[in-house]
Amino acid sequence: MKWAEAIPTRFAYGEELVALGHELPNLVVLEADISKSTQTYRFAKAFPERFFQMGVAESNMMLVAAGLATTGKIPFASTYAVFGTMRACEQVRTFIAHTHLNVKIACSHGGVTPGNDGVTHQATEDLGIMRTIPGITIIVPADYHATRKLVRAAAHHVGPVYLRFTRDPVPVIYREEDEFTIGKGKQLRSGSDVSLIAIGDMVAIALEAHEQLAQRGIQADVIDIHTLKPLDREIIVASARKTRRVVTLEDHQIHGGLGSAVAEVLGEECPTPLRRIGLRDTFAESGEYRLLLRKYGMDADAVVAAAMELLQR
Amino acid sequence: MRLVDTQHVERLRTLATAIRRRDLQMVYDAKLGHIGGDFSDIDILVALYFSVLRVDPNKPNNPDRDRFILSKGHSAGALYTTLAYRGFIPLDELNTFAQPLSRLNGHPDRKKVPGVETNTGPLGHGLPVAVGCAVAAKIDGAAWRTFVLTGDGELQEGSNWEAALSAAHYKLDNLTVIIDRNGLQQGDFTERTMHLDPLAEKWRAFGWSVREVNGHDYAALLDVFDQLPFEWGRPNCIIAHTHKGQGVSFMRDRPAWHHRVPNAEEYAQALQELDAQGGEHGSAL
Ligand SMILES: Cc1ncc(C[n+]2csc(CCOP(=O)(O)OP(=O)(O)O)c2C)c(N)n1
Ligand SMILES: [Mg+2]
Repeated sequence: MKWAEAIPTRFAYGEELVALGHELPNLVVLEADISKSTQTYRFAKAFPERFFQMGVAESNMMLVAAGLATTGKIPFASTYAVFGTMRACEQVRTFIAHTHLNVKIACSHGGVTPGNDGVTHQATEDLGIMRTIPGITIIVPADYHATRKLVRAAAHHVGPVYLRFTRDPVPVIYREEDEFTIGKGKQLRSGSDVSLIAIGDMVAIALEAHEQLAQRGIQADVIDIHTLKPLDREIIVASARKTRRVVTLEDHQIHGGLGSAVAEVLGEECPTPLRRIGLRDTFAESGEYRLLLRKYGMDADAVVAAAMELLQR
Repeated sequence: MRLVDTQHVERLRTLATAIRRRDLQMVYDAKLGHIGGDFSDIDILVALYFSVLRVDPNKPNNPDRDRFILSKGHSAGALYTTLAYRGFIPLDELNTFAQPLSRLNGHPDRKKVPGVETNTGPLGHGLPVAVGCAVAAKIDGAAWRTFVLTGDGELQEGSNWEAALSAAHYKLDNLTVIIDRNGLQQGDFTERTMHLDPLAEKWRAFGWSVREVNGHDYAALLDVFDQLPFEWGRPNCIIAHTHKGQGVSFMRDRPAWHHRVPNAEEYAQALQELDAQGGEHGSAL
């Protein structure tokens, strides 16, 4: 796992869309003036007749996508995660989720990966917002290969899906041949001392923490929860039963997202000491992505500290 | 029509060139920013801050100040530089643009920067907030005015048109929207992205009093601002025809310069062009 060879997951999205365009004649893409950022420009070039530039008008775009879906088209509507989940929130909730339409809300610039663009462009509440809406599948792939496979899975899945990608590069941790199933977490490392349960770009951080813990003789279980909803309860409970200590990692507020989801499962099925890594009820500053992870206690050192604290209890 | 004070116009022009130069430096050093949109609206900002707005850098929170909202918050670089030249923030502080934990972030934050009335960056929110300001001035019978600068691509957000309705409904003749009509947005020309024309007719139909002006011509800008309010009981709309990247030949009207950062060679050439327009003298003003 190398930061030097990191790739933004939005790149994988753009590439996979083109591949899917060749296979699925019903697939259409909608965009709100940022197709270079979201990488949908690749699809626009390959299939101009199935690409719709909607201008800077995200709320309208979501509803147009809903309309397209009522006719059997498979719309992918792309923008930044803040706009897709917050500006267009009611459109998504009532006209895509409640109607259970086959719209894919595919957003880049998740978490604090937009870094220097600041709070206005960082999506750190999107997962919590989407998770409270019934019927939406939520997918946050960890790296390039996971993104390609999960975008494909989302296109073939019938029903609304929210996908969240990174603006900044994240390390490649999977191999091209790895397979993914929506709703099934991935066991990346096995250990019996502490569970590191992560989502999206934080999976790479969990793996870094795993290395550091191993140097101290501590064996960590590492799980990638690429699908926040429906949540793979079994893999979480099995890991917690084994290790009796859980740390969650998410590039998001600690409220509403993965940490909350895991706390709910553990509370109901297997009460276990838990530490949550994420933004602690604060907006992040503007700053470079990895610097922000450090500042807000979301880097590997902070994960190790949380794990050690649980181990010393 | 007011007599054009040619000396004053020349002073503003030189100042704007200096501000463009400093903004370019800032974006080049920070390796991020939106130079195209900055250069398109700097002349409007200079006209406003140095001839129109009743603001006092020593009393940025004076309740009687005119309000200015930069709705196209991605032009933060242009705003910070203008605010610095107007004395709201130290000129030196511009060196901290987009540095970790600086006050001068990629998009403006009212809690950090004196003179910034509201946080912007997500498009389509400035005008609705400005309506709120203007309504407040009406309630209080206050003389201060509200100005808001929007992009043209930004007008594709429906929120602007909801705000346009409410401003006309509440007869907000103390509110002025200035549209930076550069014909470009992030990815392409506005008319290829989502048609806006005929733009003046749209605003008129929404109940606004509309003027069109060359957004780089100070005499014309000052003249139009001088006529405010255009009509009693109607909000004011100024469509300023501009060029994205104005001031640097290879940036002008080019979509790529929305948020491209110049390389060393481009930077040198751009500085040279601005210097030829008198940019190196501006700091003395
Ligand atoms: C709601 C929202 N959607 C998308 C963006 C990304 N974005 C930043 S600038 C821009 C284009 C703006 O074009 P315009 O309003 O014409 O500004 P200008 O040409 O003056 O730069 C876009 C789409 C944003 N900031 N906010
Ligand atoms: Mg524009």
